[in-house]
Amino acid sequence: MQDSDSISIVAPQIARFDTPLHLKSGTALDNYELVYETYGELNASRSNAVLICHALSGNHHLAGFYADNPKSGGWWNNMIGAGKSIDTQKFFVIGVNNLGGCHGSTGPASINAKTGKCYGPDFPVVTVEDWVQTQVRLADYLGIDQFAAVAGGSLGGMQALQWTLDFPERVRHALIIAAAAKLTAQNIAFNDVARQAIITDQDFHGGDYYSHGVVPRRGLRLARMLGHITYLSDDAMAAKFGRELRNGALAFGYDVEFEIESYLRYQGDKFADQFDANTYLLMTKALDYFDPAYQHNNDLSAAFRAAKANYLVLSFTTDWRFSPERSRAIVRALLDNELNVSYAEITSSHGHDSFLMEDRHYHKLVRAYMDNIVI
Amino acid sequence: MNTEDVADITAPSVAYTHRPDFAVIAAWVKPGAKVLDLGCGDGSLICFLRDARNIRGYGVEIDDTNVLACFNNGVNVIQSDLESGLQSFESGSFDYVVLSQTLQAVKNTENIVKEMLRVSKEGIVSFPNFGYWKNRLQVLSGNMPVSEALPYQWFDTPNIHNCTLGDFEEFCSQHGARILERRVMSGNHQITFMPNLLGMLAFYRFEQQK
Repeated sequence: MQDSDSISIVAPQIARFDTPLHLKSGTALDNYELVYETYGELNASRSNAVLICHALSGNHHLAGFYADNPKSGGWWNNMIGAGKSIDTQKFFVIGVNNLGGCHGSTGPASINAKTGKCYGPDFPVVTVEDWVQTQVRLADYLGIDQFAAVAGGSLGGMQALQWTLDFPERVRHALIIAAAAKLTAQNIAFNDVARQAIITDQDFHGGDYYSHGVVPRRGLRLARMLGHITYLSDDAMAAKFGRELRNGALAFGYDVEFEIESYLRYQGDKFADQFDANTYLLMTKALDYFDPAYQHNNDLSAAFRAAKANYLVLSFTTDWRFSPERSRAIVRALLDNELNVSYAEITSSHGHDSFLMEDRHYHKLVRAYMDNIVI
Repeated sequence: MNTEDVADITAPSVAYTHRPDFAVIAAWVKPGAKVLDLGCGDGSLICFLRDARNIRGYGVEIDDTNVLACFNNGVNVIQSDLESGLQSFESGSFDYVVLSQTLQAVKNTENIVKEMLRVSKEGIVSFPNFGYWKNRLQVLSGNMPVSEALPYQWFDTPNIHNCTLGDFEEFCSQHGARILERRVMSGNHQITFMPNLLGMLAFYRFEQQK
C-alpha cells in the first residue's frame, strides 16, 4: 500500500471556458473559470474518475494540504485519500469549486471583463442544473466521458442526483448523502432569514459592497450562526455545550454568557472572515430552487425515468435539516424505476453535519460501496 | 457510450452463505423475476437467487452489521424496520416477496403478511414448524424446545410468534391469502408423511385470495 500521505501536498488548477454558458434563469455567462483539484491518477481507460460536489460552504479542496500551509486540510480528508473510503489509489478524484463560489471559480467577487469591476449583484443566480452543466464541461476538458461515480453531501448530494437525471450516460454511480429532492418550506424559511440578515446589513450596498471597500460582516455572521444551529442536533448541542456558562455565573447582561453563544459567535466570525456574502446568497438560492420533480407534476418517480445510474443513498438519524424521511423519498422514487439502490440510515448524534464527521460505520459503508464499483 | 457499464453494479462472484433452504425457495422463483427479501441478513439469499435464477433482488434489513454485509456483497439493500411496513415499495412492484425464517420473529405478523401481498404478486415464507415432534417432546417433558431450527433459549429467543403448519394455514385462510404450494423439510429431506409432526422447516408460496 502506498503511504497514506501520498496526496498530502496538492495544488489547485484552473480551467477556463470561453463558450457561453446558458443558465436556467435565461441569462448567459460568456466566459468563466473553474478552480479544481485532482487526487490519484486517471487510468488508461479513463473509467475511474469520481467527481465530488460540494455543499453550501464547501469548495474544491477535498483532501490533502497546500505546500505553504500545514493547516490547510481538505474538507473531506477523513473520507478521501490513499487507503481511505474513497480510495485515491483506485479512483481519480476531482473536486471543483462551483460557479458563483468564492474560492477561485468565477463568482460575484470576480472581475467582470465587460465592466472592469466586480460582478457583485450582476452575477447571475445559478442553479444546481447550471452547476452540473459546468461540471460536464470540466469533465470534457479533462477527457472524462463517464464518471465511475459522482458523490456529495447535502447540496453536493443534490448535484450528484441532478447529474444522473441530466447526463444518465455519463455517470455510473451516484452517492447521495444527507440530501433531499427538494427543500421544505421550513428549509427555505431558514435560508431566507439568512439572506435577510445579509441583505439588510447596511454594508451590503445592494450587493456592490466591493466598490465601497466594506463587507456585510454582521449579516454574513448572523447567517452562518443561524445555519450552524440547523446543522447540529439538539442532542449534540446539549452534549457539547449544555447550559455551561463562560464565566461560571450569570452576568445579567447581553454579552456572551453561555458557551453555545460563544461557539456560535466564533463560528460566525470565522466564516465572515473568509466567505463572500454574495456567494452565500447565491448558494442558498440554488438550494431553494432545487426541485427536479417540479417539471414532472411533482412526481419524483417520473423525474428519475431517464436515470440509469446505480445509487447509494445515506441519511443520518439526527439530521433534521434533511431528515431520513427526505432520503427515503428519493429511495422510493428510485425503487419505482427499478434502479439499483442501497440505502442506509446511519445512527449519529451530529445532525446534518454528520456527513462530514469521522464515523466508522458510515465510512465502512462508503468504502464497501466504492470497493464494489467496477473500473 | 457503453450502457452495459451503467447497469453493472458490483464485482461478480461474491462469497456468501449457502443455506439448504435457499434451494427450496429458488425452485419456486421464476428466472429473471424481481424479488424482495425481507430481513435479508447479509444478502446471501439474494446472491443465491441472482446466481441460480438471475433475479433482480432488493433486501430490507434493519441491522447495521447486516446492512454493511449487504454492501460488501453488492446486494441492493434498503435499511428499514419491517415492523413499520413497506412504504418504500409500490403496490404490485415485485414478483415475489420472501420472508425467510423471519415470520416467527415479527411483532405485527398480520400487517407484514398484508404488506407482502400488497407489494407483490406472490409471497414466500419459511418458518420453523413448532409442531415438529422433537419440539412437542420437549414441551411434553416440561421445557421450551431448543433445537436446530429453534436454537434459542426461552429467555433470549427472538421468536415471539412460533406456529405450526396447521396454525399458519388457518391464518392464511383467515387473512385472504391463498396457498399455492407447500414444502416441508427436515434437514435436506422433503417430508410428505405427517408433515406437521415430522417437518422441521415449512415453506409456503401464497397469493392474494381472488
